[in-house]
Amino acid sequence: MSLDEIKIGGMGASRRRVEDNRFIRGRGNYVDDVVLPGMLHMEILRSPVAHARIRSIDVSKAWEIPGVRLVLTGDMMATRNLAWMPTLSYDTQAVLATDKVRFQGQEVAAVIADDPYIAKDACEAIVVDYETLPVIVNPDQAMASGATLIRDDKENQPDNKVFDWEVGDRPATDKAFEEADVVSEIELHYPRSHPSPLEPCGSIADFDRSTGKLTVYMTTQAPHIIRAAVALVAELPEHMIRIISPDLGGGFGNKVPVYPGYVISILASILTERPVKWIEDKTGNLISTGFGRDVYLKGQMAVRKDGKILGVRMHTISDHGAFFSDAQPSKFKIGLMHSAFACYDIPAAHLTAEGYYTNKAPGGVAYRCSFRVTEAMFFQERMIQAAADDLGMDQAEFRRINLVRDDDFPHRTPFGFLTDSGQYGKCLDVALEAIGYEQFLKDQEEARKNGRYLGIGISTMTEPLGAGNSREYDILGIKMFDSAELRVHMTGKAILRTGAKTQGQGHETTWAQIVAHELGIPADDVVVEEGDTDTAPFGMGTYASRSTPVAGAAVAMVARKIRAKSRKIAAHLLEVSEEDIEWELGRFYVRSSPDRGVTIQECAMAAYSNMPDGMEPGLENTAYYDPPNLTWPFAAYVATVEVDPETGVWDVLRMVAVDDCGVRINPMIVEGQIMGGLTEAYAMASMQFITFDAEGNCVGSNYMDYLLPTAWETPGFELHEVVTPCPHHPIGAKGIGECATVGGPAAFVNAVMNAVEHLGVRNIDMPLLPDRVHEAIATRSDISGAPPVRTDAP
Amino acid sequence: MTSLFEEITETSVDIPVRRVTITVNGEKRSANVEPRLLLAHLLRQGFKLTGTHTGCDTTNCGACTVLVDGRPAKSCTMLAVQADGRDVMTVEGLATASELHPIQEGFKEEHGLQCGYCTPGMMLAAKALLDENPDPTEDEVRWALSGNLCRCTGYQNIVKSVLWAAEKMRNSAG
Ligand code: FES
Ligand code: FES
Repeated sequence: MSLDEIKIGGMGASRRRVEDNRFIRGRGNYVDDVVLPGMLHMEILRSPVAHARIRSIDVSKAWEIPGVRLVLTGDMMATRNLAWMPTLSYDTQAVLATDKVRFQGQEVAAVIADDPYIAKDACEAIVVDYETLPVIVNPDQAMASGATLIRDDKENQPDNKVFDWEVGDRPATDKAFEEADVVSEIELHYPRSHPSPLEPCGSIADFDRSTGKLTVYMTTQAPHIIRAAVALVAELPEHMIRIISPDLGGGFGNKVPVYPGYVISILASILTERPVKWIEDKTGNLISTGFGRDVYLKGQMAVRKDGKILGVRMHTISDHGAFFSDAQPSKFKIGLMHSAFACYDIPAAHLTAEGYYTNKAPGGVAYRCSFRVTEAMFFQERMIQAAADDLGMDQAEFRRINLVRDDDFPHRTPFGFLTDSGQYGKCLDVALEAIGYEQFLKDQEEARKNGRYLGIGISTMTEPLGAGNSREYDILGIKMFDSAELRVHMTGKAILRTGAKTQGQGHETTWAQIVAHELGIPADDVVVEEGDTDTAPFGMGTYASRSTPVAGAAVAMVARKIRAKSRKIAAHLLEVSEEDIEWELGRFYVRSSPDRGVTIQECAMAAYSNMPDGMEPGLENTAYYDPPNLTWPFAAYVATVEVDPETGVWDVLRMVAVDDCGVRINPMIVEGQIMGGLTEAYAMASMQFITFDAEGNCVGSNYMDYLLPTAWETPGFELHEVVTPCPHHPIGAKGIGECATVGGPAAFVNAVMNAVEHLGVRNIDMPLLPDRVHEAIATRSDISGAPPVRTDAP
Repeated sequence: MTSLFEEITETSVDIPVRRVTITVNGEKRSANVEPRLLLAHLLRQGFKLTGTHTGCDTTNCGACTVLVDGRPAKSCTMLAVQADGRDVMTVEGLATASELHPIQEGFKEEHGLQCGYCTPGMMLAAKALLDENPDPTEDEVRWALSGNLCRCTGYQNIVKSVLWAAEKMRNSAG
C-alpha cells in the first residue's frame, strides 16, 4: 500500500517549518552571531556629502587611538588594485573613494580595531577635506546640457547616461495607434524604495596565511556569484575561497550585490592576518546599499471603442545612482520591464528606456522583484485603469475583454515572451466574487451621496519568474541555472544541498517535501543545507522568485536520478528484471505480484551493502537544472478603501488576493509569502519611499524617516487560490515570493484613485501620503512625486 | 564572566569600567563594563546570548526587545549599567529545558516567522502583553506589537501566533 504523502510531509502538506526550531529559541546563526578567535572589528567612514572632490584624508588621529589595528583609505586599496571593483552589470564601483565621492554615504575610509566601539571612535577622528561639486539628484538634471559629469573616472563616458535600450515593434505599434478610437496616456514615478531587510549587511573575512584559504561569512543571497566575483576582484584562486552565507535576516534583493564593505573586510583580514568582522548599521544599509525602483514611466494605450486594446507604447527613465551596480540579466538593460502587459492579448507594443547616473546611492536592485517587473506591472495596471476610465468602461469588464483566454496558450506576449498556462478569467472572477464587486459599486454610489469616498482597485497580472533559461539569462556571462545534490545514507536518511540560499522562504522545510514527494522518504528524514560554497553545488542563489522554479526543479530531478538507480537495486533485490518493476510512493514492487516489494530505505541499504554486480556503490547524485522557460504565475488582487476627504487619510477596507502559482509545495509557506508581499505592496502604496533633498542628502536614512508599516497599520488579507500547474516544471510549481509585491501596489493605488476619480483626479504618485491625497482632493488635480525636488530641506 | 586570567591590553588600561550584576533569565551574572556599553551588546557579546538581535540601533525596529523587570525594553537604547540590579529576560529564557513556551509554539504553529530576525523581540513583546492581558483582541495584539517591525510576514500570522498562545495559556491556567 502506498504511503500517505501528507503524513510523510510531502507535497501539499502545510508542514511546520524545521528552521523555526532554532529561530524560536534564539538559536539562529546570523552573521553577527559568528565569533571567531582573535576577531577584529571594522567600521566604515562614509561621505557626508553627495558630490565632492577629495582634497585630502588625514588618518593620523585615528591611528593614535589605542586598539586601532589598521586604517584603510582608497589610496591604500589602490596599491592592491582594489580601490575599484567590477559590478554585476558591467560597470565599476569605488570600494573606497580615491578621487571623488559620488553619493552621500559612499565609503571613504575604514578602521579595523579591537572592538566596534573603538573602530567607531577612530572613524570620527579621521579628517577628510572635501571640495563640494554640483549635485545631481534626478535624471532631469543628469540629462541637462552642461550637467556636471558624475563618472569622470570612466573612459568614453561623455555624459551621465548609463544606457539607451529599446524593444518591441515600432512600426506595428504606430499602426495600432493610427487605428485607435481612443488613445489613453499616463505618466508616473515609481519612487525609490529600499528593501530594508531587518538585518543589515555584514561579513567576517578570515584569511589563513598557512593554508592560503579565505573564508568569508557574508550576508549574501548568492554565495557562488560572490565566490566568482572575489576570485576575479581579489585575484585569489577560486578553490581557496569559501563563502558561507549563514542564516539571513531577510534579503529581498538587498543582499545580492557585492558591497565595498565585503571587499574591504577581505583585504583587512589579509593584511592583519586575523578575522575581521564588519557589521553595517541601519543608516549605512539604507544610504549606501542597493535600493529598488526609482523609475519614471510614461506611456500610451491605443484602444478600440469596443474595449479591445490594439497597442501600447512605453518609455522609461531610470535613476541608477552613482554606479550601475545591481544584478541584471546582461541582455536586458532595464531588466524585464518588457514583461509588461503579458497577461493581456495585445498585438503590438514598443518600449524605449534610458538610464542615468545621479549622485545617489547605487542600485536599482530587484527588490522582491524579477528585475523591474514591479515597475512594469504597476505601470500596466495603472495604464489599464486609465484606459478603462477614458473609455467609460467598467474596469473589470475592460480587463475581461483583454485578458488572454485559457485556450490561447502558449501565448506570445506583446514584447515577445512566451506564456504557457493560466486561468486568468477565473482568478479575476474568484476575486470579484470574494469582494462582492457589484454590491460594492452600489455601496460606493450610496456613500458618495453622503460625502463618503469609497474606492475599489483591481490589479491583474502575470509575471516572469525563475530566470533562466540559460539561452537568454546570465549574470556577467554566468548562465542562470541552478542545482541540487542529494546523498541518501544507508539507513535511508538523506542530506540535500542546493545552489539556492534561503532567507526566510523556508527551503529547509520545502525542499525536503519535494524529496518526500519524489522518493517517499519522510521529509523529517531529509536535512537541507545551503549557503556554503565549499559544500553546496554551484548555483545562482535566491532572488527574483527563482528558487522553486529552478533550484526546486533541480531537487525533483536529482531525486528522480536517485529513484532511477534505486529501481535497478530493487530489481536486483527482487530478482526480476527492471522492466517488471513498478513504483509507488516509497516502494518498488513486482508488477505481477504487488506484495513482493522493497522500500526506498531497503534500496538505500543495499546501495552500500548489497549492490548488483558491476554497479557503482552509494546512493547520491547531483542535478543541474536549466529551465526551458520562465514560470508565469498569475494574480488578481482587489482592494477596497475609504478616503477621508478632510485629511487625505485612506483606510483599507478589504484586500482580496487570488494567486495561481501552480502546484503549492507547502500551502502554509506560500500563504506566508503572499502576506509578506502584500504588506510590502501596501507599504509602497502608502508610506515607504526614500527621497533626497537638492543637496543629495538622503531623507530616509533611518527608521524614523523611512516609514515601514507595523502590525498596527498593516491591513488584514483574504487569500484565495487557483491552481494551474506549470507545464514544464517537474512538479508543476511556479514562482510566488514576489507576486504580491509586484502586483499589489496597483490594487491599492487604483482603489484610492477610484475613490477620488469623480473629482477629476487621475493620478497621485506613490506613496499616497495623506498630504498628497488631501492636496489632490482640495485642488482637484494630479499630484506628481517627481521633481522639482524638495528645496526646503537644510 | 569567569576566566583564569583577563588580558590587559593597551585598550583596556585606562578605560573606566563599572561592575554590573544583572539577573539574566533567572541567573545572576556580573560583568565589568564600559559605562557606554549598550545592554544589547552586553547580552550578545558579553553573555553570548545572541538571540537578542539588533536591527536599527535607533529604538525603531524592536528586534532587540528584552523584558526588564517584566516590561519590554529595547536593549539597543539602554545602557548595560542601567540594567544593574534588575531582572532581564531574553528569548533564551522563554523555554525550559523540556518545554517550549506557548508563545514559541504559537509562532511555529501559525507560521509567525520567516527569516526569524524579528522573532525574539516579537515573542518577548507578546509575552509582556499576555502577562498583563491573557485574553487580548486582535487589535490589542496589533497595538502591543506596534513597536516591533517585521519585514517578512506581514504580521497577520504573528497576530494569529499570539492569539494561539493566549488560548493555550488560558486553557492550561484554567
Ligand atoms: S535594534 Fe533596538 S529597536 Fe532596533
Ligand atoms: S520574520 Fe523576518 S523580519 Fe520578521
